[in-house]
Amino acid sequence: MTDAGAGGGGRAAAGAESASIASILRTRRVVVCCGTGGVGKTTTAAALAIQGARDGRHAVVVTIDPAKRLAQTLGLEQLSNTAHEIDRTLWDVDDTAVAGGRLHALMLDAESTFDDLVRQYAHDEDQASRILGNGFYRNIAGSLSGTQEYMAMEKLYELHATGSFDLIVVDTPPTRHALDFLDAPRRLTRLLDNRIFRLLMTPARAGFRVGTVAAQAFLRTIARVVGTEVIDDVLAFFRAFEGMEEGFRTRANEMLALLGSDESAFVLVTSPRHDAVVEATYFADRLAEGSLAVEALVVNRVHPRYPGARPDVLRARADQLLVVDGEDVGEVASNLDRGAALALAAQYENLADLEELAIREERELRGLEQRIGTVAVAHVPELAHDVHDFDALRAVAHHLV
Amino acid sequence: MAGKGGVGKTTVTAAMSVAAARAGMSVLIVEVEGKSGLAACFGHPPLAYAEAELRPGVRARTLTPDDALVEYLEDHGLRRISRRLASSGALEVVATAVPGMKDILVLGKVKQLERGGVADLILIDAPAAGHAVSFLLSAQGLLDAVRVGPIRKQAADVVELLTDPARCQVMLVTLPEETPVTELVETAFQIEDRAGLALGPVVVNGCVPSIAGLDTATVTLPDPHTNGTDGDATAATLAAAARFRLDLERRQQEQCDRLAHALPLPQIRLPFLFTADIGPAEIDTLADALAGGIDALDPVAQP
Repeated sequence: MTDAGAGGGGRAAAGAESASIASILRTRRVVVCCGTGGVGKTTTAAALAIQGARDGRHAVVVTIDPAKRLAQTLGLEQLSNTAHEIDRTLWDVDDTAVAGGRLHALMLDAESTFDDLVRQYAHDEDQASRILGNGFYRNIAGSLSGTQEYMAMEKLYELHATGSFDLIVVDTPPTRHALDFLDAPRRLTRLLDNRIFRLLMTPARAGFRVGTVAAQAFLRTIARVVGTEVIDDVLAFFRAFEGMEEGFRTRANEMLALLGSDESAFVLVTSPRHDAVVEATYFADRLAEGSLAVEALVVNRVHPRYPGARPDVLRARADQLLVVDGEDVGEVASNLDRGAALALAAQYENLADLEELAIREERELRGLEQRIGTVAVAHVPELAHDVHDFDALRAVAHHLV
Repeated sequence: MAGKGGVGKTTVTAAMSVAAARAGMSVLIVEVEGKSGLAACFGHPPLAYAEAELRPGVRARTLTPDDALVEYLEDHGLRRISRRLASSGALEVVATAVPGMKDILVLGKVKQLERGGVADLILIDAPAAGHAVSFLLSAQGLLDAVRVGPIRKQAADVVELLTDPARCQVMLVTLPEETPVTELVETAFQIEDRAGLALGPVVVNGCVPSIAGLDTATVTLPDPHTNGTDGDATAATLAAAARFRLDLERRQQEQCDRLAHALPLPQIRLPFLFTADIGPAEIDTLADALAGGIDALDPVAQP
């Protein structure tokens, strides 16, 4: 793994305006939220899109598997492959947003997106229907690992190409590895390029070379394990797909070029928990390897700090108040009765706990922030309720900008 | 052990292994996803395919589909092509053609370990989130898709293992928060109804422990020391912090109640640890809580 400490620099070092999340929302056309599962990525994406709309932009948020109540808020009861507009009165109840802004949302339907792509690149309807009806293709579109990540980016590219939106905020699937997301197009083309299956498809052209004979034997062995029907399906797919790879490859490259352009910004979302920070660091490194800079860091669910308080001092205070004698708790502070001493000691213990937690979170985040370099950082406090209505989303957006 | 990402599934798996080892059982933890903090919980370097002892009575290993496939083919007299199949990328193609095949290879290996009596208890640190359900459904799905061949036999054996409550149970892990609880309830019904697996108690991780006396402390109390200097805190700060915790405890309790209402399964609550990152000492603390929770279960409900 490369040292990303200096690698985050691409665009920031190239002299783009000193980024804040507000300026990213004003100037970029594409914002990709990435991070591990359970850190509030979808919520962050929705809040960013709302903020963009409120700033007068024509925004769309592409969500992936949002929690049910958030989905309801965004009017996304089911998968939809086209963006639908959210009524302004819902996200601008008090009529304070900049005029002209619009807000759209969609929930990614990876399978239909893939189908559309096949229809677009097929030479004719016959080729398209042969592919779409193939069992092996249905597995690729429906369940191949990496397909959802790939289609999220494809949908982004498609929305960008329509020119209808000036701010596209994309949520990414909660996959463990950034690799899946960055490599998804390449993974598919690698699958299509698989040497053994290519050899099998072209016995006539390849003649009776050793490779082909070996491949045939190999295939028979696989068929013995999983059954011949499965292999027939695979071969039918490769035959039907022939000639389309180039179109897919070109589009995938254009998509990666868009992500790497000045129009796009990556926002890394995390929580201050140790495991989330480890994952976030991995994401930052992988993005840097792909020459994609993280331009903003959003830390959700940060616990409050209580300036001046020191856990060791607080715990000592609690100990002074209470003398533990076997099961019995007595008091030493003579001016307090037993109940008051117990209560005060509890307060000291609690503050020490919370402050220790806050210090630990700060330490975790310091390492991450140093690693990704100078980027806009926003901390969103631990909120009293899960975020699933427009008021709460606006409150989150307020912390973000 | 199953649960959505970020709920501490791996930590709970580690604590479970320690609790079982203390009760005199030999435990094998099986990691089915490449990367996890499991070994780090024991202060041990990352795991490999070969077994490693993490502490007395607790062994662990990883189990990847590629490794399982090579072993499977070798066991079936196909040694010559096994490496080539895994290394050529053909597995990727075959696995795409037969969804769930990777999961079946892994679960088939688990079944083999179980039948071989390698440990008193095998803990599988299952894939995160929605994949846990498809992981457990893979065998049934494969039975429907593949009509003949050794893979079908493998799938049938796996279904038999998974659906026998005396041999296999799923312990779900969650946090006392709205979305994780909602998703856990959905997952529970899918695992029980669609995959036909038995559910053990639910582990609610990260419950903020109560401090005796804190609930009476929301009124500002007089104390000559609370003047806010030298690392001390003012009475107002103490009161604000107390309110924060009490509010958090109340919200967590609401979620535990909601979970109990939606899912009639016993709950084992594990404490939130304020002080340190998860290491051997913290795993011991959680194992204590887990063992206590298991002891407190209705004995009739236990197998």
